[in-house]
Amino acid sequence: MSGKTSEQKIKFYQKGTFTVGNRLVDEARRSVQGSMERSNAITSGHRACQGCGEALGARYALDAAMRATGGQIIAVNATGCLEVFTTPYPETSWQVPWLHSLFGNAAAVASGVAAAMRVKGREQVRVVAQGGDGGTTDIGFGCLSGMFERNDDVLYICYDNEAYMNTGVQRSSATPPTARTATTPAAGPKPGNVFGTGKNLPLIAMAHNIPYVATASVAHLHDLERKVEKAMAIRGARYIHVFVPCPLGWGSASHDTIRLARLASECGLFPLFEAEHGEITGSIAIRRKVPVEDYLKPQKRFAHLFKDGDGIERIARLQRMADANIKRFDLQRDAKEAPL
Amino acid sequence: MVSAAEMLSVAAFLEGNHAQAFPSFGSERMGAPVVAFCRLDNKEIRLREPVMTPDALIVQDPTLLHQVDLFKGLDTRGYLLINSRRSYRDLGLGDYVKKFPPHHICTVAATEWAMEYVGRPLPNVALLGAFAAVTRRVTIDSVTAAVRRKFPGKLGGGNAAAATKAYNTIRTN
Amino acid sequence: MLEQIEGSHAVAKAIALSRPEVICAYPITPQTHIVERCAELIRVGAIRNCEFINVESEFAALSVAIGSSAAGARTYTATASQGLLFMAEAVYNAAGLGLPIVMTIGNRAIGAPINIWNDHSDSMALRDAGWIQLHAETNQEAADLHIQAFKLAERLSAPVMVCMDGFILTHAYERVEIPTQDQVDAFLPPYRPRQILDPSDPYSIGAMVGPEAFMEVRYLAHDKLLQALGVIPEIQKEFEDIFGRDSGGLFHSYRMEDAKTVVVTMGSLAGTVKDLVDDLHKDGARIGVISLCSYRPFPLDGLRYALRGASKVIVLEKSLAPGFGGVLASDVRMALQGVDTHVHTVIAGLGGRPITRKSLARMFARAERGELKDPHFLDLDLDIVRREIDNQRGQITAGPIAENILREIGPCTPKAV
Repeated sequence: MSGKTSEQKIKFYQKGTFTVGNRLVDEARRSVQGSMERSNAITSGHRACQGCGEALGARYALDAAMRATGGQIIAVNATGCLEVFTTPYPETSWQVPWLHSLFGNAAAVASGVAAAMRVKGREQVRVVAQGGDGGTTDIGFGCLSGMFERNDDVLYICYDNEAYMNTGVQRSSATPPTARTATTPAAGPKPGNVFGTGKNLPLIAMAHNIPYVATASVAHLHDLERKVEKAMAIRGARYIHVFVPCPLGWGSASHDTIRLARLASECGLFPLFEAEHGEITGSIAIRRKVPVEDYLKPQKRFAHLFKDGDGIERIARLQRMADANIKRFDLQRDAKEAPL
Repeated sequence: MVSAAEMLSVAAFLEGNHAQAFPSFGSERMGAPVVAFCRLDNKEIRLREPVMTPDALIVQDPTLLHQVDLFKGLDTRGYLLINSRRSYRDLGLGDYVKKFPPHHICTVAATEWAMEYVGRPLPNVALLGAFAAVTRRVTIDSVTAAVRRKFPGKLGGGNAAAATKAYNTIRTN
Repeated sequence: MLEQIEGSHAVAKAIALSRPEVICAYPITPQTHIVERCAELIRVGAIRNCEFINVESEFAALSVAIGSSAAGARTYTATASQGLLFMAEAVYNAAGLGLPIVMTIGNRAIGAPINIWNDHSDSMALRDAGWIQLHAETNQEAADLHIQAFKLAERLSAPVMVCMDGFILTHAYERVEIPTQDQVDAFLPPYRPRQILDPSDPYSIGAMVGPEAFMEVRYLAHDKLLQALGVIPEIQKEFEDIFGRDSGGLFHSYRMEDAKTVVVTMGSLAGTVKDLVDDLHKDGARIGVISLCSYRPFPLDGLRYALRGASKVIVLEKSLAPGFGGVLASDVRMALQGVDTHVHTVIAGLGGRPITRKSLARMFARAERGELKDPHFLDLDLDIVRREIDNQRGQITAGPIAENILREIGPCTPKAV
């Protein structure tokens, strides 16, 4: 491709959104996707659902990693939606070398690839491992913790859509309380997922004292790219946890993916922060705080909360969780650092 | 004990013989009774069964004497060496060893010599020196060479001296 | 150089000479001495240009190996028993991806009841994972097979397990000829991967394959192992040309010239059987021995030919398929399809139970008299078994079987093995 990106003539139908690679904003504030010369880790034609947050997050993350390394990356993938929708045999969307082994071993496989690059004297080739929340927080957790603990030169990216979507929406340890899944049905006296369960993997990652941990969201693509670029500038084990809404699993509209991701952060349920060597180094302040209802209501997985009287108390409990996050990560300070 | 079997096998190997050493395979912690075996031959050793009828028995810890049936399978034409300053009679084994040829049996003050030459109560190497003296199946030179291989430096020197002491003491008696 | 050396250390030296690039392992008895020594050889610079990775589980060990092998590095790992089962999913995966990883199995029983001693239950459980499985008879062969395994794996782009009997071989000191680096370099060329992860030529490896092509992919895995039936003897020959030693191959034959009875077995047990067979020949017995080196692929045609003169085959195996009997014996029967040769199944040595010439001789005599039941369990204490069966039958809360048996046997003294 040729020509300056600013000269590109495209008719935009989605005016006022940030989803077309920010091509409507100042050049300096545009994301990688705004460039005609952008890298293209996952090419079009894959089989993700409409409005798939994971497809979007993975494309932005890997494109940013490609740009940061001059295309010198190898991607390793856990079993899951991303793996399935990008590689229906004999087709593949991947424009980077890509290896899928098993559901629970992506981090270890990536360690192996990184070791091979080291021993081959090709350390300029960097390794990015990816998995969903199931492959990361549950079945792949042992291998991930091992990779962290050894401080292997791998960036692990978790695309968190809060349940096992590939197998038909079952609960994972990243499923939030009250969420309806196929294995936490909206039935009985305590419908949906129970309170007091689940694990916070970014904080667990931080406890390994690895060089870099961040959370990110498809609502903040520029921030996601920046975090990936920052991670690629660091050697050792790095972890980015990306919030990726799933219209199918959440019972939300395909066009609401970005909006829900933004609301999750704006209400405080999904805080965006960074940490280096176990210490929080920054967070994205909430621009305009919204009540958790605003985030919950458009999703059918939380519909039961709005049907009976008991739901009010449960919503209040979720609000307390959000408020605790806001306090913990200091998200309601002066909002000058707010991104786009 | 396992090292003793290993070193004995190395000593035999250094003389051009075939040897097979293997431990009693267990998950024992330090201090537990253990058994190790060594087969010596002048041809390839293919047999993998445990040694059930030994030609020679070395008892490193005499406190086991009255706890376990140590002598099971030991032929009275064989050799018996026990790590002890006391005589067989004092150990209460006077009647038992009567059946053995007198030059096939001896008690060895191996722990004492280990303390003297190595500074630690590790009697196994001194017992190997005694084994060389009693059985003449390996030379003391091979034993000390195997010991120095296993423990390079000062530790090897001390152990080799303990083995030589045991060897000489028995050969002169 | 000829050395008096522990089996594990001989294998570590053979690995070192094979110029591995990535070694990853998780400790499990009785494989530990091998990887400990490998780690040491890397630290002291005896293995150069090699990464040693301490992982958090066997599943991770083989997963790291999958990554490094796919990225073009010669990769080695080792495990045993529960460890092999813990990595089972990755075992199949490595074969499916066609990665030439070499893995030692220090053969050990599988619990419960937990048992650290030797039998073949572990590698037999993974026999159909698509790996080549070679069994070593001696520590010399164990060392040699590792050098051959890299060549075999890389020629076929298939993973190879080298199985050696836990403790009996891994912990035994015996003489082993350790080759020189020049010999190994002449035998084993550098690893040239068939597929590699490279940003300048990106491949997607590990894509999903649906019903339209899965059969074909699996057939090709079968075909690859059948090809190995030809490649294994080729490599055996190439090895002999350089090292002057006959090691490996599909199986070893002993005193088969006019054998009427043939004992088929695997691993270190063959040595004991050969000693006994020599004794029996003095009494005029016509008995031969076949010890399988290649269990997968299984040399059906070769065995059928080798056993053509036998009227009786006794398969001695260190594993049990509960509810069925002997797996190796049924594989041998497959080789003798349509041939009227009686095949006995003898299950022996489970969980490290010593296999003695005395017991074997008694069993052979019973086989000659036609008194062996199938399967026969060597040295099984039937009285204890019957009492426990009655005990379990009589009471609902009969207690744990393993502990009941131990109580029956009585106080333990340090045993020979």
